[in-house]
Amino acid sequence: MDAGTWRGIFTVVMLLLFIGIWAWAWSGKRKQMFDAASRLPFEPDQPADPQGARSAGEKPGTGVESPQS
Amino acid sequence: MDRSRTYNDVVVRQFTIATVVWGAVGMTVGVLIAAQLLWPELNFDIPWLTYSRLRPLHTNAVIFAFGGSALFASSYYVVQRTCHTRLFSDALASFTFWGWQVVIVLAAITLPLGLTQSKEYAELIWPIDVLIAVVWIAYGVVFFGTIARRRVNHIYVANWFYAAYIITIAVLHIVNSLAIPVSLGLSYPIYSGIVDAMVQWWYGHNAVGFFLTAGFLGMMYYFIPKRAERPVYSYRLSVVHFWALISTYMWAGPHHLHYTSVPDWAQSIGMVVALIVLAPSWGGVSNGIMTLSGAWDKLRTDPVLKFMIVALSFYGMSTFEGPMMSIKTVNALSHYTDWTIGHVHSGALGWVALISFGCVYALLPRVCGRQEMYSVRLVELHFWVSTVGIVLYVTSMWIAGVMQGLMWRAVNDDGTLTYSFVESLKATYPYYAVRLAGGVLFLAGTLIMAWNVWKTVVTGDRRALQPVLEPA
Repeated sequence: MDAGTWRGIFTVVMLLLFIGIWAWAWSGKRKQMFDAASRLPFEPDQPADPQGARSAGEKPGTGVESPQS
Repeated sequence: MDRSRTYNDVVVRQFTIATVVWGAVGMTVGVLIAAQLLWPELNFDIPWLTYSRLRPLHTNAVIFAFGGSALFASSYYVVQRTCHTRLFSDALASFTFWGWQVVIVLAAITLPLGLTQSKEYAELIWPIDVLIAVVWIAYGVVFFGTIARRRVNHIYVANWFYAAYIITIAVLHIVNSLAIPVSLGLSYPIYSGIVDAMVQWWYGHNAVGFFLTAGFLGMMYYFIPKRAERPVYSYRLSVVHFWALISTYMWAGPHHLHYTSVPDWAQSIGMVVALIVLAPSWGGVSNGIMTLSGAWDKLRTDPVLKFMIVALSFYGMSTFEGPMMSIKTVNALSHYTDWTIGHVHSGALGWVALISFGCVYALLPRVCGRQEMYSVRLVELHFWVSTVGIVLYVTSMWIAGVMQGLMWRAVNDDGTLTYSFVESLKATYPYYAVRLAGGVLFLAGTLIMAWNVWKTVVTGDRRALQPVLEPA
């Protein structure tokens, strides 16, 4: 086979791969996992009480000890 | 309780402050060389201050010192929060910070001295290249080590973009920097001729595609949903966006070498792939902007979100402009003119810098034990000053570039050139003045941010430790 045929085959493979990724991403089976994943940034990144963040060291119950300096 | 149950925000804070400091330095050098184009006397006849030596200093400082620090800071912040774990190794993370600062300082010393490899965006001499490779591999170990320790099942999409950027930059940097050292300051690349040019622009274009795009898309996918307080518009689209972007960007490099002795078929492939890249780019832009649907009112009140959404708009504009400029017939007009400079700054100031500013404003208060920046009104002021600066910069360079291209190609009936080169230079002067004004405004915005960041850090509680939150 000449180089042109290989390039043609390669193009078709890449196209199928792209369609495959698309189908995989849009499949209903993935929906639940993706919904959960898209909420990852919203799981709180610090204690709910703003003061708790500033003085997390003294606040009982947050499970954080005094900062080590 | 032990430190392993808190986030490592020390290195995040260090890199965030480095972002602001190097941003101010790199942009000051940019303003100086913009002024030199207007008033060449400003090099004071000192070799270290000539345009030829300061230009690579400017590009290295803003891309790798400012942009690089922003990427380190945000990737360390995001990977810990979305994996619910502390960074893999504090010592190695600290090494990446100090190692990267040493690289920057060495660059700031060697480039004005005229020590260079003469490869655009890869000017640094081989000993610094070795240090970059070591620091970068350590970065990869910290990042992937943290991913491996994650306490949630899924790897959030922002981390995919950061991961692609870290791996690809390692490959690009090492392959493009392969050289045979002759002395401490001199080496010869192992490639020659056309192969050298192809490798260089494979590196150069993917520095844009992976350093200046994929990494900052990582920021976009975390901080826009975070500030808008709603999940990304379509997570499925973000998955397709990721795979489509990383598999196409890689092949577009030859469009930097149109009408050179690079084989014609390679030029055409570079052009076609560059046109294809428009699709994933705009897919990402839509996904980011549509994340705000139902919360558009936040744009009115939150200047941090303004930075990010305007950044995405500039990203959309420059990823339309880039493919258009890679079309050979358009490139025949645009190449070697100031249009290219306008295009680059539409991406660099509009996209990279604005999304980085937004990211600094979003994460810095969080790692200083505060809810918001010291002054939100100054954030708003910074937004407007820098946006006006970008518009002045980009429009003046567009007009100058098209004018130069048209003047250079104009011929008289007898086939002689209508204009000499110096006539086109003379005609460009007013635009250089407008560009300088735009650059000064943009730098002023960065200095406003620097003051705000300083006040935020000194009034915040730097010792507040952020506990690692249990996965939901």
